[in-house]
Amino acid sequence: MSLIDPRGIYGLWLRDVKRFLRTPSQIIGSLIFPLVFLVLLGFGLGGGAIPGLPEGVAYLQYLVPGIIGFTMLLGASIAGISILSDQDVGFLKEILVAPVSRTSIVLGRIAGGSTTAIVQAVLILAISIPLGFELAGWLSLPLAAVFLVLIAVTFVGFGIALASQFSDSEGFSLIVQFVIFPLFVLSGAIVPIDGLPEAVQPLAYINPLTYGVDGLRAALVGTSTYSLGVNFGALVVSSVVMVGLGAYLFERVEAV
Amino acid sequence: MDAIRVDELTKDFGTVTAVDDLSFAVEQGEVFGLLGPNGAGKSTLINMLVTLLGPTTGTARVNGHDITEERGDVRDSLGIVFQEPAVDEELTGAENLAFHARLYGKPKAEREQRISEVLELVGLADEADNKVGSYSGGMQRRLEIGRGLMHEPAVLFLDEPTTGLDARTRRDMWEYIQRLNEESGVTIIITTHYMDEADFLCERVAIMDQGEIVAIDSPEGLKDSLGGDVVTLGLDGPANEFVDRLGDRPWVRERDRTDEGIAITLEHGTTRVVDLVRLADETGTTITSVDLEKPSLENVFLSLTGSALTEREADEPAAESVSDEQSSRTARAKQ
Repeated sequence: MSLIDPRGIYGLWLRDVKRFLRTPSQIIGSLIFPLVFLVLLGFGLGGGAIPGLPEGVAYLQYLVPGIIGFTMLLGASIAGISILSDQDVGFLKEILVAPVSRTSIVLGRIAGGSTTAIVQAVLILAISIPLGFELAGWLSLPLAAVFLVLIAVTFVGFGIALASQFSDSEGFSLIVQFVIFPLFVLSGAIVPIDGLPEAVQPLAYINPLTYGVDGLRAALVGTSTYSLGVNFGALVVSSVVMVGLGAYLFERVEAV
Repeated sequence: MDAIRVDELTKDFGTVTAVDDLSFAVEQGEVFGLLGPNGAGKSTLINMLVTLLGPTTGTARVNGHDITEERGDVRDSLGIVFQEPAVDEELTGAENLAFHARLYGKPKAEREQRISEVLELVGLADEADNKVGSYSGGMQRRLEIGRGLMHEPAVLFLDEPTTGLDARTRRDMWEYIQRLNEESGVTIIITTHYMDEADFLCERVAIMDQGEIVAIDSPEGLKDSLGGDVVTLGLDGPANEFVDRLGDRPWVRERDRTDEGIAITLEHGTTRVVDLVRLADETGTTITSVDLEKPSLENVFLSLTGSALTEREADEPAAESVSDEQSSRTARAKQ
């Protein structure tokens, strides 16, 4: 039973992808929330009242990377829920009794959850273009993809770590609501961090999504608070930490 | 090598001891039953044997591998059908099997071959590409049993495999499990709270109650331990000599006169009826009716758990006899 079992990881990934593709309602449903935010904030506020916005950047340009980050958070929470619903229906035992290390199971779930979250994020990006979002250039897409992967791994890992502490999907779903919104708001996704109350600003600096959204903004819009290197480094660290934490906590899950 | 060897295995949940110092072995190729009421500790025992739970003390070997130190090998050696259905209803039958095969490290060619073999074996070849959500309860169970066999395990655990199935499907499932054991030679451990199921399927049965094994034997042996079958004869005319001479027969355990005849407790009632008739002939007694009642595992179970429990309550002051009884039980369980 090796620590990293590629075939097992692939099997887990394939299952998540198949399930995702077979439920179009879930795909569409997962896009509605971010789209509502995008339209309400992007066109409702129009940027007039936002303090600290970078010079010469329209609010929609500023907002789209933030909404993409939000979509990733939602996608990650679904990955956490899917582990718990596997537990609810007993399928988790089928996975845990197989000769696959827990680390590989966590990696497989992260791979699956990240893929579906990234697909959702890409759909949001695609939809935002006819709404008026302008890409800095087509070459910014591969760079954005790197950040999407790192954000996905960080937060799906976080979702799995959090899910391992719950015994049913209902309790988890409830808590997730209270986690997602602070992460979203305290990331510079909607308003720049300088525009947030000073008391909560430190929270934004330890929020990995801050660096994820800033990195996406650098890639897609060409403006950012931090350098690409800082954003990339911060996300690599958070990815490693979250994968490790997820594997560590999941190791202790007893399925019965 | 035994398929399973359990050695002083104990599992505590806080102050509750779910499995209490169990020791027993299961031979290769055997169909072995764990019979007991809900909460007897059957599932806890199974969960330890399949490495989902760690034991508090003691250990066990599955196919020669230690359940705490060689988990990977143990998992490779076993297949399990859980008490609760554990299939992915969004995937097709073939996809569920493919998922399983990947987790068990089967390369593509072998995987595809095993999937079609297994689907054929469980009679689901025509349903392979339909979502499992559209399967009936019996079909889902068959798929799960097939999945348990995908990686050709040495030991197959079936945890309450027919719970929730209708009578007809249960019967089919029994025959199916029996055929499986005969054809593939896989050792089968089955937990159940249905007496008839254990009776039909198992070569040996361990009766569990409150975390202990209170008896372990073949279904026949367990039933015989009750004192045997009861033959009730209706008698006509003078029967004293008949009754007296019955007392000399070593195979007669008890005889009770009733209003119309006699109730005789004996071993192997079916074969002794002839002897009874012959004896009646010799003594000039007329038999007007014969009734043979074989004890069921139900009776065994009640006598081992139910009445023991009431005894304990009734004999509160006589603590000695209780502990005697318990130690003799443990001794029996360890055999």
